[in-house]
Amino acid sequence: MQRTPLYERHRDLGARLVDFAGWDMPIQYESGINQEHLAVRQDAGVFDVSHMGELRVRGAEAMAFLRYTTLNDVGRLRVGRGHYSMLPNESGGLVDDLYVYRDADDDFLVVANAGNVDTVLDALTAHAADFAVEIVDESDRWGLLALQGPAAAVRLERVAGMELTSLRKNATRDVDIGGLHVRVARTGYTGEDGFELFTAWDDTPAVWDLLIEDGALPCGLGARDTLRLEAGFPLYGHELTSTTNPLCTPFAWVVKDKPFFGRDAMWGAPCDQRLVGLKVTGRGIPRQGYTVLDADGTSVGMVTSGTLSPLTRESIAMAWIDSSLARDGTDLAVVVRAQAVPATVTTPPFYTP
Amino acid sequence: MDTPDTLRYTRSHEWATDPADGVVTVGITDFAQDQLGDVVFVELPKVGTKVKAGQAIAVIESVKTASDIYAPLDGEIVAVNEVLNGEPEAINAGPYEGGWLFRIEPTDPSAWNGLLEASAYEAVAQEG
Repeated sequence: MQRTPLYERHRDLGARLVDFAGWDMPIQYESGINQEHLAVRQDAGVFDVSHMGELRVRGAEAMAFLRYTTLNDVGRLRVGRGHYSMLPNESGGLVDDLYVYRDADDDFLVVANAGNVDTVLDALTAHAADFAVEIVDESDRWGLLALQGPAAAVRLERVAGMELTSLRKNATRDVDIGGLHVRVARTGYTGEDGFELFTAWDDTPAVWDLLIEDGALPCGLGARDTLRLEAGFPLYGHELTSTTNPLCTPFAWVVKDKPFFGRDAMWGAPCDQRLVGLKVTGRGIPRQGYTVLDADGTSVGMVTSGTLSPLTRESIAMAWIDSSLARDGTDLAVVVRAQAVPATVTTPPFYTP
Repeated sequence: MDTPDTLRYTRSHEWATDPADGVVTVGITDFAQDQLGDVVFVELPKVGTKVKAGQAIAVIESVKTASDIYAPLDGEIVAVNEVLNGEPEAINAGPYEGGWLFRIEPTDPSAWNGLLEASAYEAVAQEG
């Protein structure tokens, strides 16, 4: 099992460690998922996401290469900015969802899910021969922390000793934290204001310690999952898969109208089902794989993620539903242990700051 | 892990009180609540239900997962902890006190002696 540079810190903090995509990762600390979730909504929490993969794509044709291989348009991405994107496969589905940063005109950093780094690298490499690009796996060079919450900016300013409030969403800046070089990006996966901090692998514990000493609560992957679901963000393997057409999801905005690999399979395909949000109005918690019924009790879809919101105490979910029933406000039901529990189609996010 | 000597246990992490007064109180162990994490939802059996040992009769859901709870003994449900419907977190706060789940009137009270003693349960829990 692989370990992030913070493995010892997690153990010392009493984290429950689980195998996540081959990494020994904290699912929660002693504070528990609910408290960690609320810390991010009300103050600030810090996550170790060093398991995520970083791929460097550079060269004279790096931009043209990523315009063709990813769904968002890096041609519109300014130097010093990042954006959310996806990597399509040949059949109109997805290899992974990504964050892409433009470090220079011809130099990009692609951040991929830990469990998909190898397939993303393979998929990109398969196209690289046609372009003047070099792809380098820098995953073992970068530690990655996510500082998230309404107090994230104030806390990071204090720790870095510099003004960061004016840093725009998705913009990056190089900062000095405790004498260490850190690349800060104003982004995250919780729906809150926040930053992701790229650190040299071995510097990660020192930066983590400074954020914790300032009062950010260590948060595990459990809270990361409940927070992203409340915020209406997808998770690869749940909402997005190798057979998911992103044009049938609320994330269709990512797909820009330009030539890209697999476009023919994706662009014209009909959406028999759509990805929607569900708010459960009865008693029960929807979970991945649970069946969704229409008013007549006919199976019309399946839950991809579900939880009880630690913030609102409502049961929320995302689900694939027959397109004719995907309209906001449609009354459906989720089968929870053989009982049909009422639910209503609700456009995510379920929470906005 | 807190495992009181006065109770008996199952391999599926339930505890059961001595049926001296003809009724057994059942809950989940401190080890189990710690493994589950924050409990957010509890589904309890109906009073009057006849149950068999090993039968799934309740559900505890944490943030991450749903877990079945099994009857430790044959018998009839004579009470359930209604407080848990509004405060499921009572299971985390006191798995042996406020977090009890239900009471069974066992068909054969002596079957309680066949459940695991505290030391044997701790060995089971440590095996994972």
